[in-house]
Amino acid sequence: MLANLINGISLGSVYAIIALGYTMVYGIAKMLNFAHGDVIMVGGYIAFCSIMYLGWPPALAVIAAMVVCTVLGIVIERLAYKPLRNATSLAVLITAIGVSYFLQNVALLIWSANTKVFPNIFEKLPGIPLGDTTIAPVNVITVLANIVIMIVLTLFTTKTKMGKAMRAVSEDKGAATLMGINVNRTISLTFAIGSGLAAIAGVLLCTAYPTLMPTTGAMPGIKAFTAAVFGGIGSIPGAMLGGILLGVIEIFGKAYISTQLSDAIVFAVLIIVLLVKPTGLLGHKVHEKV
Amino acid sequence: MGTMLKVEDLQVYYGSIHAIKGVSFEVNEGEIVTLIGANGAGKSTTLNTVGGLLKARSGRIMFEDKDLHGVPANKVVAEGMALCPEGRRVFQHMTVLENLEMGAFTRSNAEAEETLEHVYELFPRLKERYRQVAGTLSGGEQQMLAMGRALMSRPKLMMLDEPSMGLAPILVQQIFDIIVDMNKQGTTILLVEQNAQMALSVANRAYVLETGRITMSGDAKELAASEEVKKAYLGG
Repeated sequence: MLANLINGISLGSVYAIIALGYTMVYGIAKMLNFAHGDVIMVGGYIAFCSIMYLGWPPALAVIAAMVVCTVLGIVIERLAYKPLRNATSLAVLITAIGVSYFLQNVALLIWSANTKVFPNIFEKLPGIPLGDTTIAPVNVITVLANIVIMIVLTLFTTKTKMGKAMRAVSEDKGAATLMGINVNRTISLTFAIGSGLAAIAGVLLCTAYPTLMPTTGAMPGIKAFTAAVFGGIGSIPGAMLGGILLGVIEIFGKAYISTQLSDAIVFAVLIIVLLVKPTGLLGHKVHEKV
Repeated sequence: MGTMLKVEDLQVYYGSIHAIKGVSFEVNEGEIVTLIGANGAGKSTTLNTVGGLLKARSGRIMFEDKDLHGVPANKVVAEGMALCPEGRRVFQHMTVLENLEMGAFTRSNAEAEETLEHVYELFPRLKERYRQVAGTLSGGEQQMLAMGRALMSRPKLMMLDEPSMGLAPILVQQIFDIIVDMNKQGTTILLVEQNAQMALSVANRAYVLETGRITMSGDAKELAASEEVKKAYLGG
């Protein structure tokens, strides 16, 4: 019971970190970046190669993955999404799906379809005993990373000028432009942050579930997107809450109901929440005064 | 009293629709100039083009002898020109203070701090409510916030698009009093209004726009007294 809860929170924390990327990009660019999950996969491969082929220490591998994913995020935005800034949302959505497949296939070319076994980078750390179970170090680090990221992001968006500008752009691009804010640069920054976080999520995910292949990012990507909608898309605390709840529901579903049905249960819960509260748990309706 | 803004033969299209057909006007330093006209005459389009939000197909916009052609909208504010847009467009989910900070985005924090005091003096209501989320303010307060936010960039020229829209008459009077105050403190004003009577009462000069062309211009008091303007815009 306790072990399941801890696993659930840990898995949910990974979803939450991924969901942040979805929610921030959605908030600012009003688009669903379905390639986000595949950026996680790229982050996983970069960390894998840094450790296995280059012999780098894990910390350096994480940084390398973050740098590559951040640049990748900026490049994807510049090449694929920016030309569609004024296009219909459907065109952008289809492009995002295209980018997703493109990344998966490039990964297939570079790293082949063979499953890679991701090394346990927290091997040397001791587990924390709790009652009759032990909390694995990867779980501790995942939850801690999630908390730190949440705090830093919240401070960034409420205390810094760039962070506030980001919120301004997400509300009204025209008005933000009138303030002197460079909207394109702000959108680039958002993609950079989201993709950097995806790299962290990739490493954490691959450490906990150590199989790496070109489609590794797809399912967690979809689940994290679900988490973002569940918590209220566009909301940073919503992504956190949605992610953790989703992780817990998934693990408990697996443990007590059915392993095969656990994903179905997750999506069923999403549907019920959206029926009752269409804006998600922490989402707010936009009401304007004239 | 030099020319601050000089617009020459402005041509603006929305796709194939020719919205502004060769508009020319100028605003001198220290003036309040108003563009009046009916709905759809092209007043807001003109203002948004000067502010850089819309691109002119041809024509020239000179601000203090600098050609603004090709200057992106987010750079215009640093030149000393602020646009307070139609419908206020305050950032609804941000607090009053955060909105004002965004107005000073291009300036240093120390400079912004100084201007903030000045804006609070002009709008004591904003000071009282500085932590309140902008979306919960009344329409009049949101207009004040939009004006205060535009002032935070310390503009030499402030462009106001329909500041009285949707406000109760008593608030309209208050907003116009503040416009006159801002002008007295040294900000040149370019005002777009459907409430022609109010606009003409505070302006030095005025231009009348009709379907993308300027049909009349001159001293605001004289225009207010002219039969044509009275009949068309001041309800006889």
